[in-house]
Amino acid sequence: MTQFEQKIRVLIAKPGLDGHDRGAKVVARALRDAGMEVIYTGIRQTPEMIIESSLQEDVDVVGLSILSGAHMALLPIITQQLRENDMEDVLVLAGGIIPDEDVAALQEAGVKGIFTPGASTQEIIDFIQTSMAQKEAL
Amino acid sequence: MSLISTEKILSGNKRAIARLITYVENNHPHAQSFLDSLYPHTGQAHLVGITGSPVTGKSSLVNKLAKAYRDQDKSVAIIAVDPTSPFSGGAILGDRIRMRELAGDPGIFIRSMASRGSLGGLSKAVDDAIKVLDAAGFEVILIETVGAGQSEVEIVKTAHTVIVVEVPGLGDDVQAIKAGILEIADIFVVNKADRPGAEKTVSTLRTMLELGHASTHHVLHHGQLMTVEETPSHPDEENKKMWEIPVLKTMALKEEGIDPVVTTIDRHLDYLKNSGELMDRNRTRLIDELETALQLELMDRLLGQLPPNHLSETITKLVDRNLSPYAAVQAILKSREVGSRE
Ligand SMILES: Nc1nc2c(ncn2[C@@H]2O[C@H](COP(=O)(O)OP(=O)(O)OP(=O)(O)O)[C@@H](O)[C@H]2O)c(=O)[nH]1
Ligand SMILES: [Mg+2]
Repeated sequence: MTQFEQKIRVLIAKPGLDGHDRGAKVVARALRDAGMEVIYTGIRQTPEMIIESSLQEDVDVVGLSILSGAHMALLPIITQQLRENDMEDVLVLAGGIIPDEDVAALQEAGVKGIFTPGASTQEIIDFIQTSMAQKEAL
Repeated sequence: MSLISTEKILSGNKRAIARLITYVENNHPHAQSFLDSLYPHTGQAHLVGITGSPVTGKSSLVNKLAKAYRDQDKSVAIIAVDPTSPFSGGAILGDRIRMRELAGDPGIFIRSMASRGSLGGLSKAVDDAIKVLDAAGFEVILIETVGAGQSEVEIVKTAHTVIVVEVPGLGDDVQAIKAGILEIADIFVVNKADRPGAEKTVSTLRTMLELGHASTHHVLHHGQLMTVEETPSHPDEENKKMWEIPVLKTMALKEEGIDPVVTTIDRHLDYLKNSGELMDRNRTRLIDELETALQLELMDRLLGQLPPNHLSETITKLVDRNLSPYAAVQAILKSREVGSRE
């Protein structure tokens, strides 16, 4: 019946203890304006909460905003738990203050896209759309 | 190894449930056969709609209601519907923010859905998602929609019990209460009762209800198939005790006034069962679904069989006033017959 219409679904979450989510909201709005469905879960999300929401919402992308410097502690746990739940095909992105020297290790851990505060929202949109198109082509 | 199977859904596998809901949202070609095999297992859950204007505290209330049901050991699924942006087709779905207390509870499943502006308001996708969760064994399904006209009315067709959430500050003005809202509510909740004016809002609503109507027997359907069906009748129609719409106060943030809402929801279900209205509503809803499905399918088939360009040429003729819409339909039907004979 009717046509098959796929929408990119993105979970935006803020793991860690700091309470600023202005950046995350800007990204959420930009993704919405690019036609995506953004599940916004807010601040102080534990890895368990992020995995549970990602699973129930069946998202294609998990965008993690992190400013607190806890990225090395939290992000690998999240990617690890996604794998344990057979959700390794979920695209994991991180945005925030992430020093250059940590980038390689995070990518190694499965964080596919890393966006520091200088990155434009358009870069994030392009990255998601390109990755989704590649996944589609497989 | 497939992510979805009927058995997985029936046993409550959350990954499978989530993926099947994605399939129904996307109109995936495999969705229908799963829904067909799940259908005999549906019809068990109590479907409760929660609607009202933006920011009245619907999600906060849903959160506390779910908690109360969990205390009774009932499993709860939540569908939170937010509007799709008409400009981009995207959406921000933020209702989970208010439901973090429910995190980590295996007896809870929360899904955010965008309205996607599909045919039929609240949309077939929401109806189908409800069926998936129903078949998966959730005992209560809470459906949150933002009260923006159409979706409020749509939710009545779907839910057994409709809660309309208001907040203090309606004033004394009876006009301020949105037209149509009285007809759809089974229960009114005045949330944010910690704010001034709650009592006034409660009494305004009560007055309106008294003035408005004694009966709330709202079967909204007027579709074509209804004429084929006899209106179900009840011998005790006369003596049937009508449901009096309660007006309750809550403070969702402080978790006050929640238990009376749960008790009232349960009482409403009892009323629906005892009065026969539950059967009426289910029947009406299914007739409506059949009609919608039939329309969609016939339309699809018909349009699929048209020669290329036929539709756009027809539209041009309509716009140029060379052809009336009625004559166009006849022409479409005729050209299809020609096409299908090949
Ligand atoms: N004072 C007060 N504020 C409340 C109460 N319940 C909810 N709120 C606040 O009202 C705001 C909106 O709450 P939500 O639960 O998100 O409301 P909603 O109706 O789901 O909002 P939308 O889904 O965006 O339409 C939040 O800031 C809540 O903290 C209450 O009982 N008292
Ligand atoms: Mg809400």
